[in-house]
Amino acid sequence: MNIELSRRRFLQSAGAGVVGTSLGAFGFGDVESAYAEMIRPFKLAGTKETRNTCPYCSVACGVILYSQGDRSKGDKAKIVHIEGDPDHPTNRGTLCPKGAALLDFVQAETRLQYPMIRKPGSSKFERVSWDQALDRVAKLLKEDRDKNFIAKNGDGVTVNRWTTTGFLAASATTNETAFATYKVVRSAGMVVFDNQARV
Amino acid sequence: MTNSWTDIKNTDLVVIMGGNAAEAHPCGFKWVVEAKAHRGAKLIVVDPRFTRSASVSDLYAPIRQGTDIAFLLGVINHCIANDKVQWDYVKAYTNATYIVKEGFSYKDGLFAGYDEAKRDYNRSSWDYDMTAEGFAATDPSLQNPRCVWNLLKAHVATYTPEMVERICGTPKDKFLKVCQWIGETSAKNKVMTSMYALGWTQHSKGSQNIRAMAMLQLILGNIGVRGGGMNALRGHSNIQGLTDLGLMSNLLPGYLTLPVEREADLNTYMSTRGFKPLQPNQMSYWQNYKKFFVSFQKSMWGAAATKDNDFAYDYLPKLDVPSYDVLRAFELMHQGKMNGYVCQGFNPLLSAPNRKKLTAALSNLKFLITMDPLDTETARFWDNHGKYNEVDPTKIQTEVIQLPSTCFAEDEGSLTNSGRWLQWHWPGGDAPGEAKADTWIMAQVYLRLKALYEKEGGAFADPIVKLHWPYKEAGDPKPDELAREINGYVVEDVPDPNDSTKKILEKGKQVVSFAVLRDDGSTACGCWIYSGCFNEAGNNMARRDNTDPDETGAFLKWAFSWPVNRRILYNRASADLEGKAWDPTRKLIEWDGTKWAGYDVPDILPTAKPDVVMPFIMNPEGVSRLFTRGLMRDGPFPAHYEPFESPVVNPVAPKIRGNPVARVFKGDMEQFGDSKEFPYAATSYRLTEHFHFWTKHVWVNAVMQPEFFVEVSEQLAKEKGIRSGGWVRVWSKRGSVQAKAVVTKRIVPLTCDGKTVHIVGIPLHWGFMGAARKGFGPNSLTPFVGDANIETPEYKAFLVDIEPIPEPVA
Repeated sequence: MNIELSRRRFLQSAGAGVVGTSLGAFGFGDVESAYAEMIRPFKLAGTKETRNTCPYCSVACGVILYSQGDRSKGDKAKIVHIEGDPDHPTNRGTLCPKGAALLDFVQAETRLQYPMIRKPGSSKFERVSWDQALDRVAKLLKEDRDKNFIAKNGDGVTVNRWTTTGFLAASATTNETAFATYKVVRSAGMVVFDNQARV
Repeated sequence: MTNSWTDIKNTDLVVIMGGNAAEAHPCGFKWVVEAKAHRGAKLIVVDPRFTRSASVSDLYAPIRQGTDIAFLLGVINHCIANDKVQWDYVKAYTNATYIVKEGFSYKDGLFAGYDEAKRDYNRSSWDYDMTAEGFAATDPSLQNPRCVWNLLKAHVATYTPEMVERICGTPKDKFLKVCQWIGETSAKNKVMTSMYALGWTQHSKGSQNIRAMAMLQLILGNIGVRGGGMNALRGHSNIQGLTDLGLMSNLLPGYLTLPVEREADLNTYMSTRGFKPLQPNQMSYWQNYKKFFVSFQKSMWGAAATKDNDFAYDYLPKLDVPSYDVLRAFELMHQGKMNGYVCQGFNPLLSAPNRKKLTAALSNLKFLITMDPLDTETARFWDNHGKYNEVDPTKIQTEVIQLPSTCFAEDEGSLTNSGRWLQWHWPGGDAPGEAKADTWIMAQVYLRLKALYEKEGGAFADPIVKLHWPYKEAGDPKPDELAREINGYVVEDVPDPNDSTKKILEKGKQVVSFAVLRDDGSTACGCWIYSGCFNEAGNNMARRDNTDPDETGAFLKWAFSWPVNRRILYNRASADLEGKAWDPTRKLIEWDGTKWAGYDVPDILPTAKPDVVMPFIMNPEGVSRLFTRGLMRDGPFPAHYEPFESPVVNPVAPKIRGNPVARVFKGDMEQFGDSKEFPYAATSYRLTEHFHFWTKHVWVNAVMQPEFFVEVSEQLAKEKGIRSGGWVRVWSKRGSVQAKAVVTKRIVPLTCDGKTVHIVGIPLHWGFMGAARKGFGPNSLTPFVGDANIETPEYKAFLVDIEPIPEPVA
């Protein structure tokens, strides 16, 4: 449900129409076209608008992402502007000092780009491929689970739990991520499992 | 929240206590401003600091942090003594008339059944007298001295305005004015809303802080009505969702619970989850527990969950302790009993208490895996950053794998806000470099693990290899596929018992809501309370129709609100025993003689007669609880306990330190400081320019609030020779930080139990990564203890000392 009609584009074309009509009516047609050529295209005019919600607090203000490049056509898209969604019933277009600066989060210098591994005792991260990182993760998890899985307790009751590796889930990921995470974590028998609700 | 952000405009009185919405939830706070501007609503703020919420309040009352229960029980005492009670509501919709067993008592700060060695209660006497028919005994005349109302009256009598002033430091005249304004909302046409956040939860008795206000709201008849309710503002954008979906040690999705060791099979597990009604004709909705549980098991293990194997009951782990929460996790790590830890979008090195202990704990791990869009302190706990992270990497043998993930702007799915709205969002851009969605990462890890188990075998492989994984692209489940699973679907046709040519449920279809779920394995549902979010009508979370008939603030066609798109929980309680709204101007749902209907989805069976079926359908009583039986570990009523580190001795129970049943690990008790050594009462808080440890990575926010500081009163500054803008050292028994001092009028010393109490404010946004200047957080100082019921760490009340220091050399 992306916004089909760009509000900015709509306003821009409506504005140009007014200019055209008034100048044209006074017989200044050439002036009008020269004038129009002089105007730099409005930066947001060519952008795609996408509805999203602010990731910070749980008010969940509606935001509109403006990007160059259309993901629906398979292009890479770059977000160039973010503003409040005026149609959202809670925030009605407003944003707080955090939400208003969201673009700088998306483009933060400390955004991570590649999987990294820090070896024991090392003082640096080293870049690895996803395959290397994920294979290593699976191997570490399996080794620990196989070694420490508790199938039965002292009384012989089946308990099937794994307590030596834990999982701390986030609080700003989607419900869908949360459910996928739940399935993977719980099916492994993990009980050291928590999220950020407490802090 | 029982209500929603947009509903706040319907209130007459806003009480912000245990939160600071104007700074921490600014765009939600606009609805308070709306209520003030358009309804003439009043705002009361009770807080140790004169916050920005306080600055626009009509009445501000200072309070010492950690004494909210004394304050609220004082208000309840005032309301009872002055007949500020919504009597029709209290008598019909609460358990005020219920008779409590002989044997239950409260004396010197302890309820009946305390075991000091175990730091726990035997709660068997905390219950109702039962009738011969097996229902709870009541006395509608409220004459019985053992009915809940009379026990409550006696329990709160201690908390006189004088006692409140002595404990809380709130001047008596201010306290009485608060009481008067709150008491006025006991009128049927007046409503108050409670807005709170981590200022109430982050205490060793956080759950009871909230209960105390919930009890007050019930006594005033303010629950289930427009403009009323208990409104947890909550922290992160989807902390509501992650909790609803059960990503906690002891939970299954939808507030079902993980089995414990003594529940060896499904029958035993279900035997304590029958929820037999405690009064005739009540819904006691948890009677449907098994339908939700079996449907969950089907969503997890599909065809492998059969009637013959108790629907894969043994695939679930069983707990030997109440929970392996984040505090226990770090305790176990510290003891060397854990080898691996995975942090997904969570930065515990800054957000869990007692940082020194955390660093030692993480250093004991064999491996740490992080998934995050940002370079967090946790992922770099081994990295030396001078005094900001004084570690020797060569001595830390933990392997760290850092996986880059997408952020909100690059992913798709739903987030659940504090008003229980599930709002779908769409990606607007591509992730930097090779960053990937968490769903992809989890699927990739899972498929590799599964392949290893299939190839090599290993410890109990079945739950892993038989996990139901129905996605078109196994390595990349799509958000809509997962959302459909959460909603639930029909596994097997269910024929109509009256007409075999018809089907009630058709295989492969999405279920319309949890009302059709079954306990025979014919339905699957990931999270019953979310059922209805993505049914045959489509993705209801993606709805964006902002019409609001008669401007009630409900917005029923905007996104989806759990449960079943209901916007105000307990909305049946907005009407009286005849089904008419208490206040006709705040009509929500009413009984038309045959059914309930109105502006919201009724929180009751639509055909349930108003004088027969009571509004609190999740409780076996049918009514709400002023006395909560044995359901909370630290008492059926709240009682005032000091923080574990307190500047004064508990005036109502001098022998008790902290919450008497809060869990304290060995060695942590010795790390609590006392007021002789650490004379100042510290508290932590957020600033409006920052969000936790996240926005210090954001250039604009880092510029707006670049640097760590602590806040002290002019009086304390004078006493200690602290200059505004000068440097100070602040230390507790667990650690020390350096900061610039902000000397402010926003904090003033309080007088508690005859003693001057100075408050030190410590904001929490700095670390050693990101765009802001390096700094410290309050968790370098805070104690390693949590709430007695849910283990939220005690961040809001602890002791420190402070001294001016020369400017440190950069």
